[in-house]
Amino acid sequence: MLANPRFPKLPYALMTLGVVCLLIGSYLGLFVAPPEHYMGEVQRIMYVHVPTAWNWMLAVLFTFGAAIAYLFTSDFKWDARVEAGLEVGALLGFLLCCQGAIWAKPTWGVWWDWDPRLTSTAVLLCSFAGILALRRFVDEPTKRAVLSSVATIIASVDLPIVYFSVRWWNSLHQMQSSPATVSSQFHLPLRLNAFGILFLMSGFIALRARIASQRLSSELAPPPQELVGELA
Amino acid sequence: MIAALRKEFLLQWRTRAQAVAVFVFGATSLLLFSFAIGPNAAALRQHAAGFLWLGLLLSSTLTLSESFHAEMENRALEGLLLLPVSPRVLYYGKALANTVQLMLLGIALVPVMVVLYDAGTTRIPIVLLIIALGTAGISAPGTLYSAMTAQARAKQTLLPLLLFPLIVPVLLASVKATSLAILGDPMDQSSAWLALLVAFDGIYWSLCGLLFDRVVED
Repeated sequence: MLANPRFPKLPYALMTLGVVCLLIGSYLGLFVAPPEHYMGEVQRIMYVHVPTAWNWMLAVLFTFGAAIAYLFTSDFKWDARVEAGLEVGALLGFLLCCQGAIWAKPTWGVWWDWDPRLTSTAVLLCSFAGILALRRFVDEPTKRAVLSSVATIIASVDLPIVYFSVRWWNSLHQMQSSPATVSSQFHLPLRLNAFGILFLMSGFIALRARIASQRLSSELAPPPQELVGELA
Repeated sequence: MIAALRKEFLLQWRTRAQAVAVFVFGATSLLLFSFAIGPNAAALRQHAAGFLWLGLLLSSTLTLSESFHAEMENRALEGLLLLPVSPRVLYYGKALANTVQLMLLGIALVPVMVVLYDAGTTRIPIVLLIIALGTAGISAPGTLYSAMTAQARAKQTLLPLLLFPLIVPVLLASVKATSLAILGDPMDQSSAWLALLVAFDGIYWSLCGLLFDRVVED
């Protein structure tokens, strides 16, 4: 179980490292890097938006992997990781949609557009929120773990299909930004922020999985001995 | 498999009053959608396919959320699982029966759409094919999720919450294909949407069958 972890301080160290990276990266992105030629200052949101997108995908992949691992092993530590991945994935997805909307209003002139990437992010955000709701409404721990793993797998498999179908329907979003497609002056803040969010996210997931694990072990624990004695 | 299917159809025949009620619900929602647009014949005709599929989708949650009702009473599901067949057979029996029921509902709603929105079409076979593929796409994950939510509290809320984001591709492809059948399809785009429906059906009919064992086990 994760309730008694081998490295109890690791999540805190990761989160501190993440915050430091984010602070330096954002400082460089906001004050040092030059503004982009066409979009001007608005483009600076890229330094958080693109790293959020990369890490959101990692979080979704992690949750999908944890769900498969649970179904194969029936080990509750994977259920705790699924729960952590779902919550952090939903949080990052929500942030991604908000940042995207803030960037899209001055650039495209609209808050939202029915582009494949936006739509599939929103669809997956809704699915994750639905699975989190499902977890609240199933009381039995084993049942809850199986049902949420199954739902996570089904929702993750849907993601490429949604992406593909919406791309046929409509497309406007620009190609993904990566260090290969942006000027070298933008690299350092982008990379620093990507690692910052990665460390912060890993810390969150580790800590959240630990909390889930502790709650699970209290749910699964036998009643205390003195209580059993009283009842008998 | 045949016995499982017979059981489902018998159950559905005995609760046919519910099927009629679901049809009335679907027809009423089609009527309501036209009030949302206003009495603009051209706009209504343009959006007819979308309304048809939204009506069908909303009615399908009523059908699907009831679909494990009989099994949950008196722990009948446990009895069924004791039978010397794979739970997969039960799943496919129920999913097939749900598809047939939703298909009949869809076919019954088409005349309502034609009358209300003046959206007549002569391409009846293709519309039937779209309805068959689309309802199969709704009922494969729908049956699995219905089995899952039947074991949770607040099942009436959870089923649409889980199902609606999942079937975005089905809704998109069915609406587009139906729309092309009604408004004309000079570029022959509908075959691509039909292929998407077939792909979705293939993936989810196999994946949900695989996962059903884990959902009903104790």
